[in-house]
This record gives sequence, structure tokens and C-alpha cells, in this order.
Amino acid sequence: METRAVGQHALLVECADDAEVRATYALLRDRGALLGAHEIVPAARTVLVDGLEDPGAAAELMATWEPVPGHATAELPGRLVALPTRYDGPDLDEVARQWDCTTAEVVARHRSTSFVVAFCGFAPGFAYCTGLGPELAVSRRPDPRPRVPAGAVGLAGEYTGVYPTSSPGGWQLIGTTSAALWTPDAADPVLLTPGTRVVFVDD
Amino acid sequence: MTERFVDVLEPGALTTVQDLGRPGYAHLGVPRSGALDQPALRLGNRLVGNSEDAAALETTLTGVRFRASVAIRFAVTGAGCSVRVDGREAGWGTPVPVRAGAVVDVGTAIDGVRSYVCFAGGVGVDPVLGSRATDLLSGLGPAPLRVGDRLPLGDAGDPAPVVEIPRRRPGSVLRVDLGPRADWFSPESLAGLDGATYTVGAESNRIGLRLAGTGLVRRRAGELATEPMVLGAVQVPPSGQPVVFLADHPTTGGYPVVAVVRSEDLVVCAQARPGDRIILRVLSG
Repeated sequence: METRAVGQHALLVECADDAEVRATYALLRDRGALLGAHEIVPAARTVLVDGLEDPGAAAELMATWEPVPGHATAELPGRLVALPTRYDGPDLDEVARQWDCTTAEVVARHRSTSFVVAFCGFAPGFAYCTGLGPELAVSRRPDPRPRVPAGAVGLAGEYTGVYPTSSPGGWQLIGTTSAALWTPDAADPVLLTPGTRVVFVDD
Repeated sequence: MTERFVDVLEPGALTTVQDLGRPGYAHLGVPRSGALDQPALRLGNRLVGNSEDAAALETTLTGVRFRASVAIRFAVTGAGCSVRVDGREAGWGTPVPVRAGAVVDVGTAIDGVRSYVCFAGGVGVDPVLGSRATDLLSGLGPAPLRVGDRLPLGDAGDPAPVVEIPRRRPGSVLRVDLGPRADWFSPESLAGLDGATYTVGAESNRIGLRLAGTGLVRRRAGELATEPMVLGAVQVPPSGQPVVFLADHPTTGGYPVVAVVRSEDLVVCAQARPGDRIILRVLSG
């Protein structure tokens, strides 16, 4: 894998698509100790390796590593989380308009999709889930809401996300889950970690 | 044993609890947080015999006033300021023992922005993900101090002998390494970055140091796919005016990062006052 320098202590790996990000993240997480990395952080098309003492040596080693992408979302290894969800979001009509279908079809499509957490960002425990594909990308709301409740399920771009806590937000809201996504006192504070498979089921 | 705590009488403009933060959770969307001027926090903790990662108070320009429930020791480091105990001048950058009931006034910053008030035993609020730091971006850790807050203190150890008590003037040079997205900017903008002077914006905070000056011009249009962000990243939004990401920065971002500040110079960002002039120095790239 090829890397870009990020300051004196980090490297950025560029990936062609989200499948390659998943494979790269999985590989780097397994071998991060070999690099002496403190953090491995995936995002949309890149994976960050941070906290390196010697990025030059790490880059040389990583140049010999090759991630092997290729799993379809539904066949990925790893934990499966089912989120009990009511499709009661205020933006169902807008998503139906953007997808050029009925709201019932939006719900059916979303509920039958196997998602995987590509990365977390925006807020602790906020997971960017892929699975719908680029052809179903939706635009964000022109005016973000000042307050989106915890558990709100939304769409933006090709991602589905769930707000772990109440916050401002511009995603198109299609539903609500009763699952707790962010439990700071728990041993595993985040339900939807990168690589977790996700399905939305009836609440 | 008597309960050890301090009562907040005046919280100042913004005083938060800070330690060395919660690094290691960026992949879950959790910012690192922690003291902006880490060397000052570490020094203050050493002065009172704490381990360097103990939680302390971080003030912002205006100081803080509190009353001690029992006899305690504390030390103030970071931005220079007056330190008064029951109205009497006490030392900055040195351990100060006070009696039970004493009222301590940590004054307005004379130079720099952030002073650190380190108590022997540390601030003992409950940790979240291993840290007591207030994260102003995501709301983790204790809320900023308010009048009437009662802050528990941990048990004090033996005072450690400390030799050096450096009072450093905050610098004005930020050394940066170009990348990872320097190639998104015009050659002229990159060439002009070394030696460029910027003014610190008033909207600067624990999330980012905002710099106003010559805007950076992009050579390529389009949007960058959301990318992980590091401490010290110099991110350039569409306005072209750079923002240096500090401890409470979001873990990901959508604007290109032209350069990264050397970690030794993050203290400059921590102590730069609105209106200060900052000179960028490009070291590599």
C-alpha cells in the first residue's frame, strides 16, 4: 500500500473504494503493533495510521503489504447488529422524491439492505454505514436541523447514519431506532464500530 | 479523613478540567481532547508531586477563583498571571500550600491564553473513557466550571523535588510540514506559505486556531472525501483561511489539509491570543 506523510507522526493510506478501506483497515488493525501505531482510523477513501515514532520505516514496511478487498457487504466477516427501527422520519417524502419512488419503496429498500460500518466520525459513536450504493446517494438538507434526537436514522450521500446523541444535523431523517449507540460508561462504549455489519429490523 | 474539594467562586470566561485527554478512540469518533498546553500541565503536575497526567484546571484568558475545603497544595503554570491567596500575592510556577478555607485568585493572563491550576492529588471527577478532560466538541467530561461547582480532589502524594521552573514567552512561529493534501493548492500559494504572517482570529477555541491572512488558493476543484484528521492539521475551508486543529478537533473532516504543525509548536497555538501575529515556517514537503 502507498502512503502519504501526515506531519511527523502519521501516514495516510489512500484507497480506491470503501471495500479497499475495509480491507486496509482490517489489515492495519491486525498489524498496527508491528508499526508501533497508537491509532488506526478509517474514513471514506483513506485510512490514517497515527502515533508513529518512525513514519519512514513504517511506510517502507507498509509498502510491502497488500490489502485484499472483495467481500460483498452481505458476506463480510464480523459482528452483525440488528437495529430495531420505526420508519417514521420527517424526510421520507424527500428521500422518495430523490429516489423517484414511493415512501413504502424507500422503507422496503432500506430494510432489505445489508450495511457495514465504513467509519465513525462527526460525533462519538456516529457510524457511516455503506450498503445502499452510489446510485441511491441523497443530498443533505439545505438547512440543517438545530436538534436531531438520539436514535434518528438518516441518509446523506451514499451513507446511512444513526445519531448516537442529540445534536444538530443535516441528514435526511427516515426513521428512529431504540438501540443505544453510545454508552460512554460501558466497556464497549460504541455499538457500531468500523467493520460491524448492520441491518435495520422492525421495532 | 476530611473530604478534599474546592468550591468554584468565579469560573472566569471558560475554565475546564483537563488532563492528557483520551487518545486512542478516534476510530470511534471520539476526539482526543486534553490540555492544549501539555508541557504546562505536565510541569504543574510535577510541581505538586502528581503524575503528569493528573487532571487540572485550564483557564482561558480570565482566570478562576476558588475556595479550598482543606489545606491543599497547588501550582499555576502555562500563561503568566497573578496568583493570590486570601488577597496576598503568591508564587506563579511554584507549589503553593494554603490553609483550609483559603480563597485563591488566579488572575487574568498577562501573556498567553491558558493557565493551568494543578492541585496535589489532581481533580477527582469521574473519568469518561479513561480521561477527566472536558471535550467541548462532543460534550464528554465535566461541563465548563460554573459558580458553585464543587470539585473533588484526589489524595495528595508526597511533594516531589522540582528543579526547573521555566517561564517561557509564548512563541510566534509555527513550524509545519507540508501535506497530506498540499497538492490541492496552487504552487504560488504553497511557495508563499513559508514566512507567511497570519493574525489569530477571535473565534479561535479548543477545537481550532483560526488564522486570518493571505488565503490559500486551490489548484483543484471538487470535494475531498471525508478524511481522518490529526492534531495540528492545518485545514483549509473554501474561504482559504487556514484553521489549525487543536485537542477538541473532530476526528474526521472534509476539507484538504495543506500542512501539519510540529507537535513541539502546539504550545504556540495553545497560548496565541486573538490579534497575535503568527509566522508559518515550512520545514519539509
